[in-house]
Amino acid sequence: MSLADGLKQAAFKMQPSKEELARSSRLRRRRRTVIFERAAAPVLGAILILIWELVARYSGISEFVLPQPSLILKRMIADCPLLLTHAAVTAIEVVGGFTLAVVVGVAIALTIFYSRLLEVALYPILIAFQTIPKIALAPLIVLYFGYGWGPKLFLSFFISFFAVMVATVVAFKSIDRGYADLARSMGASELQIFTKIRLPAALPAIFGSMKVALTLAVIGAVLGEYVASERGLGYIQLQANSNFDTTLNFAAVISIAVLGVGLYLLLLAAERALMTGRRPSR
Amino acid sequence: MSAGIAGALVMETCFESGVSVQLQKLSKSFESAAGEELSALSEIDLRIEPGEFVAIVGPSGCGKSTLLSMIAGLERPSTGILRVDDEALTGPHPRAGVVFQSDYLLPWRTILGNVLLPIEIKGLDLNKYRSVADELLVQVGLSGFASKLPFELSGGMRQRAAICRAIIQRPGLLLMDEPFGALDALTREQMVSDLQALWMRLGNTVVFITHGIDEAIFLADRVIVLSPRPGRIDLEVKIDLPRPRKWADAHLHTQFHQAMVDIRDCFERRGILHAENLEQPAVQT
Ligand SMILES: Nc1ncnc2c1ncn2[C@@H]1O[C@H](COP(=O)(O)OP(=O)(O)OP(=O)(O)O)[C@@H](O)[C@H]1O
Ligand SMILES: [Mg+2]
Repeated sequence: MSLADGLKQAAFKMQPSKEELARSSRLRRRRRTVIFERAAAPVLGAILILIWELVARYSGISEFVLPQPSLILKRMIADCPLLLTHAAVTAIEVVGGFTLAVVVGVAIALTIFYSRLLEVALYPILIAFQTIPKIALAPLIVLYFGYGWGPKLFLSFFISFFAVMVATVVAFKSIDRGYADLARSMGASELQIFTKIRLPAALPAIFGSMKVALTLAVIGAVLGEYVASERGLGYIQLQANSNFDTTLNFAAVISIAVLGVGLYLLLLAAERALMTGRRPSR
Repeated sequence: MSAGIAGALVMETCFESGVSVQLQKLSKSFESAAGEELSALSEIDLRIEPGEFVAIVGPSGCGKSTLLSMIAGLERPSTGILRVDDEALTGPHPRAGVVFQSDYLLPWRTILGNVLLPIEIKGLDLNKYRSVADELLVQVGLSGFASKLPFELSGGMRQRAAICRAIIQRPGLLLMDEPFGALDALTREQMVSDLQALWMRLGNTVVFITHGIDEAIFLADRVIVLSPRPGRIDLEVKIDLPRPRKWADAHLHTQFHQAMVDIRDCFERRGILHAENLEQPAVQT
């Protein structure tokens, strides 16, 4: 190798190679994409709220019809204790109904999965139930459960368990038979096959259905409060309605949404905790 | 790497021999979705001696996998008797290990976790076997992959992990259903000679299903050829080439060649292989 070649190579070494440059710019681009993605939802939300604020303020629509977001926010701060107490009630109803939905939904899914007879017996009835508009049941539910926790828990549960049940049955059924055969060849009992193979395999699908169920459970609980209650964010809405207090009404609606998002985030955290060490999805 | 796989297994109980398998007039039929009877296997009579290596070849759909699942205790025979170690088989045999055509690694478990699955299921001491598993993984060239998830491995690597899982307990009966079918030729050759070394060390009984006639002859003491469905035993070829056999050398043996010719003849008679047309086309002048 000639001296000139050596020098050329040394000079080449000093500068970042083409690949290195490409890699760092790729990294930078990816970081930028991540930042954009993180910011997307808040920015869009802020724009929508801004438009709302401007429309409500300058179009001459009365506060009674469409209050400005800033007024709603002020009201939420002023009435914070009231909203919090009632939000706590709604939260308990949602969590209770949702938990029931998951437990009962998975339990029914298991009986359907393990028993062909129960499957043919139960499925049509469950589907028939599912087609009933739940709101149509509300008056009856009050008749049966009175005015306490009962109707809210029941509606919240009833409206959301179907999603969990169907998704769980499908998830259990779609596991390749070979996995069960493998476990059986190692001498596994049916219980072991369930805990070591079927349940972990179905877990992602079950969590997916729980996300749907949670949003439905919120709807169910508030529905229950509309029909019969002395407490809860739905009850606050009813009160606000009868007092022509649209701002409080909006404050309650937003509180419901915040409650829903908060519970959803908790569910996501639980999912992430249970799924550590798995292949990251997407 | 060859002798290593076997070396990795705990040898504290000095030498446990393989188990025998006996099939008497074993038949299996399925009911098709349309309700018709479909005969998959018909009156198989076969005795596999302890420590014997038996390869089974046959056309696709002739019932090889069905036969293996019955020996594994996963599927019940329709008629006939199946004995393992001279006892009628009622379920999976505790000393059997199975390697399926797909690796069936649990995607949420690490490779180590997958290899230890049988130990966990049988409630044995995980700590004792963890080092065995680690050592096995090193021997099959998967060192550094113990804590990886299956999706991070190639198909050949995954199948090697599946084999580690099947042999971690030193099965007296190793049942393999086209375990190397999905591997590239080089990896397959390596796995085949590793399997020979493993078997020579363990002295276990092996039932090995394959589509590869050369693979079958290379590995087996006896090659069983099944007829098209319903599968019956069409031909048995004893192979007594000296061991350890070397891939390149074995192919040069006249016995290897003769076995190859016999088995291919058998397939040709059944119309599964068509006689090769070696005549030169007439040259036009
Ligand atoms: N569970 C089942 N129900 C109905 N028929 C089945 C079932 N399992 C296998 N069969 C039938 O039995 C026959 C033998 O199947 P098997 O899987 O044993 O074939 P094979 O020899 O392993 O084929 P391949 O080499 O393609 O793997 C096939 O015709 C198949 O359709
Ligand atoms: Mg098969």
